[in-house]
Amino acid sequence: MSDALRIELGRRYRFSAAHRLHSPQLSEEENCRVFGKCNNPHGHGHNYVVEVSMSGDVDPATGMIANLADLDAFVERQVLEEFDHKSLNDDVPAFREKVPTTENLCIEIYQRLKSFSQAKLERIRVQETGNNSFEYAGDHLEGNRS
Amino acid sequence: MVLLTRKIEFAASHLYHNPNLSAEENRRIFGKCNNPHGHGHNYTLEVTVEGEPDPVTGMVLDLKELKEILEREIMQRMDHRHLNYEVAELAGKIPTCENIAQVIWQLLEPKITQGRLHRVRLYESPDLFADCFRNGAGAAGKS
Repeated sequence: MSDALRIELGRRYRFSAAHRLHSPQLSEEENCRVFGKCNNPHGHGHNYVVEVSMSGDVDPATGMIANLADLDAFVERQVLEEFDHKSLNDDVPAFREKVPTTENLCIEIYQRLKSFSQAKLERIRVQETGNNSFEYAGDHLEGNRS
Repeated sequence: MVLLTRKIEFAASHLYHNPNLSAEENRRIFGKCNNPHGHGHNYTLEVTVEGEPDPVTGMVLDLKELKEILEREIMQRMDHRHLNYEVAELAGKIPTCENIAQVIWQLLEPKITQGRLHRVRLYESPDLFADCFRNGAGAAGKS
């Protein structure tokens, strides 16, 4: 590819999951005040859309930054298998400690996808509903997270 | 700096095939996209231009002019065409989103004289797209 240009590949995936926003560090009343309807003890769910952006050199033999089938299989294995039609609070270990907000979901998905070998993960964007979305592109604290 | 984005849609056919690879390798790498008779997509192109609004007109560039550039450079070249056989700029390249976005950047960049081309985003489907930026720029303004 031309040195002066940078190309990114964007791919969208979907999963449906339940969650409940609740912090054990807050009282019942505070949880109710902070999280409102999202604190319902029985949880609720969303159809999430995950947008994965990868950068890299375009391979002249394939015209691709990364083989799509490989990327799809990686995302399926790293994220979708564990998240789709699950309870984020109960089925994803990271959210036993952390509140499964979409902010935290972006960070968790970023951590799970950053090891993709064929291209560099640039950012994760998660749409919780058609009206709100969140993005995470790593940050200087990255090295402190396990 | 203000960003302005114009969207257009075009429909085109293509196929992925690298003559330097065996038939088997082509099938393995490109899967269904290797069908020799081709297939097609409704492409959506988003062109983003950066610049300062002109103090007199309040515009970064005249949208009519951008519309004409897109019609002339992209629609006439690619709409209802076969990207492998009818677009000279793609000759010898696999017409992936990545390569088409790059060709579109190269076609538009010299034509946009008011403001400056900031990003080309080409959707092959709602779930697959490529972005092309000037090196050093990016969606999150990262270097």
